Amino acid sequence: MIAPQRPVSVLPALAAALLAGVVVAAFLALEAQWEIALLALSLVVGLLISGRFGLTARVEASSAAFPRAVLSVTALVALAVAAVLHDAHFALLMLATVALYVTVCLGLTLQFGYAGVVNFAGAAFFGIGAYTAAVLAQRTAVPHLLLLLAGGASAALIGSILILPVLRTRGHYAALITIAFGILFRTFLEVNDALGGPQGLKVPGMRILGWEFNDNLRLGANAEVSFYFNYVVLAVALAATAFALVKRVERSWLGLSLDAVRSDETAARAFGVDAARWKILAFTAGNFLAGTAGAIYAMIAGFVAPASFTFGDSLILVSIVILGGSGNPLGLIPAALLVVVLPEKLQAIQEYRLLLFAVVVILILRFRPEGLIPRRMREYFPGWRRW
Amino acid sequence: MDLGIAGQYLLNGAVLGVIYAMVAVGFTLFFGVLDVIQFSHGDVVMAGAFTALAAFSGLQMLGAGSGILAAVLIALAAVSAMALLGAAVARWLVLPLRGAPPLNTLLITLMFGLALRESVRLFYPNGSNPKPFPRLLPGEAATLGSLSLRLDTVLLIAAGLGAIVGVHLLVRHTRLGLAIRAVAQDAETAKIMGIDFGRVVLITFALGSALAAAAGVANGLYYNEVNFNMGLLLGIIGFSAAVAGGLGSLYGAILGGFLFAGLQTLGAIWFSVPAYKDVFAFACIIALMAWKPTGLIAEKSAERV
Repeated sequence: MIAPQRPVSVLPALAAALLAGVVVAAFLALEAQWEIALLALSLVVGLLISGRFGLTARVEASSAAFPRAVLSVTALVALAVAAVLHDAHFALLMLATVALYVTVCLGLTLQFGYAGVVNFAGAAFFGIGAYTAAVLAQRTAVPHLLLLLAGGASAALIGSILILPVLRTRGHYAALITIAFGILFRTFLEVNDALGGPQGLKVPGMRILGWEFNDNLRLGANAEVSFYFNYVVLAVALAATAFALVKRVERSWLGLSLDAVRSDETAARAFGVDAARWKILAFTAGNFLAGTAGAIYAMIAGFVAPASFTFGDSLILVSIVILGGSGNPLGLIPAALLVVVLPEKLQAIQEYRLLLFAVVVILILRFRPEGLIPRRMREYFPGWRRW
Repeated sequence: MDLGIAGQYLLNGAVLGVIYAMVAVGFTLFFGVLDVIQFSHGDVVMAGAFTALAAFSGLQMLGAGSGILAAVLIALAAVSAMALLGAAVARWLVLPLRGAPPLNTLLITLMFGLALRESVRLFYPNGSNPKPFPRLLPGEAATLGSLSLRLDTVLLIAAGLGAIVGVHLLVRHTRLGLAIRAVAQDAETAKIMGIDFGRVVLITFALGSALAAAAGVANGLYYNEVNFNMGLLLGIIGFSAAVAGGLGSLYGAILGGFLFAGLQTLGAIWFSVPAYKDVFAFACIIALMAWKPTGLIAEKSAERV
């Protein structure tokens, strides 16, 4: 017996997108420390409350029913936020960084949210993309848009070295391999003079068809748009594409197979699911996303150095995934916003941020392992309730 | 290569091997009783070294601060503090997550390690810089040809081996050890036989962490420097050693510790850039794991579905 349901409307999702836009803009624009702290706190509390009263579920249902409309409105909202902040360099830089972190964490979601393949070298794969872009942009004339693909491809390729040991081993062993890889990656960069050693490399700005990303845009006589605006557009476009991709993977039979492999590999294999194949797919696709984001990061920052891709950064990426709710792409957005922006805006916690995130993740795992926005059960017919 | 230098490399490798083996034995003990990896173990090593350092400052304030006696005292302080910390980790972080996916245990201990690391960096006086560790062991050297045999090196090797043998005897020949082995073999049956499961787990974690503290102190005495970041690499080396030897096996952990130290020493001989010795050793371990995923001495058990 299926209970009658209210028809799913597009409104909750649109309202959520608009509200999110306002929150993001306020978060980036606010200066007073107590206002920022208050906003961050109310964001967390608001998410928890709306989860309890089923508001989050309605937003998710409506965005699942109207994926295209919601995605385009969300992208428009992001652009509107960027337009409001058009001349604030720092705020735009933060916005682009959040979009890139969301992209990397979407990759991690594919890996251990869905397939259950742990990866504690997220920052290393991000760094591989960044270094690839840096080297190619400095020494070759490869069109800059292709650098994004090159960054992703090299991260996926180098990641494939780890596939054999990761597949042959399980859980903890795979964790060890990725941790060792992440640490060795940094050591390797620091002693490698061809890659600039500890100082790193300078990266030229992005240029697409003669359009210089690093020039401020002039609008009329006295309006100027920060050059970071270009990068925000690019980063948000990447994040939105990755988001749509991951959502579709989740909904499709690919996602079903990945979930089966994660929740019980032995049972999945007994039912004929080729576990190795899905793990390879998730691992490679996730690293590709991280590498692509890294390529953009290199161009935004203007330089790459080993210190930006440490094991601590990998753990921060993992914290974002856990905080948001493992396996739920939607949760990544508020989580990335909190983790990336809060320490930059609140000077009081800047120095203590790693300790703070570590404690927060410990508390979450202990008392609310499903994260800020828990992942929901699979629903093949949106809006239908199981009796 | 001349024989004296070869001997020097050998001695150096032996000290490293003992330190790695002490860390690896902890991993193997924890894995044995609970099938979990305590990823903050390396940072417990670091915290042990810093506890010893703090204890040394305390001793100096009391006016007694040199010689082997001081070394023994600060080692005791570190060992007992870390035993408590280890039991606390088991009690509040690992045991409550018994029913959760294994990934969560891994994450929570990883994050606890990060928290320990950051706490030392932020709250230990001037903790973000490398700190000198006192030279407490006698440094006299006996010269045999071109090989100089330092007394402190020999003492460290002897003490480390003594600690490992002590743990081995405890696990093999006491009632407590019998309980630990019973829980490792089959926790359910052990409970039915009247073994206090929670207590055995806490004691095992205390034991492993105490050994980690000893490793930290040994590391400090050998290099005469400690650093808030040292636990990260030591923990991963210890874990690699335990895995390469075969998790769950005490002999495997010892074998793995010396194997890793040997690989590092070979790497140091072959490559001019010092950092490559770690890259070489880890690459060998990763290759070894791809070849023999269960380690050299495999745990004798079948996975239950």
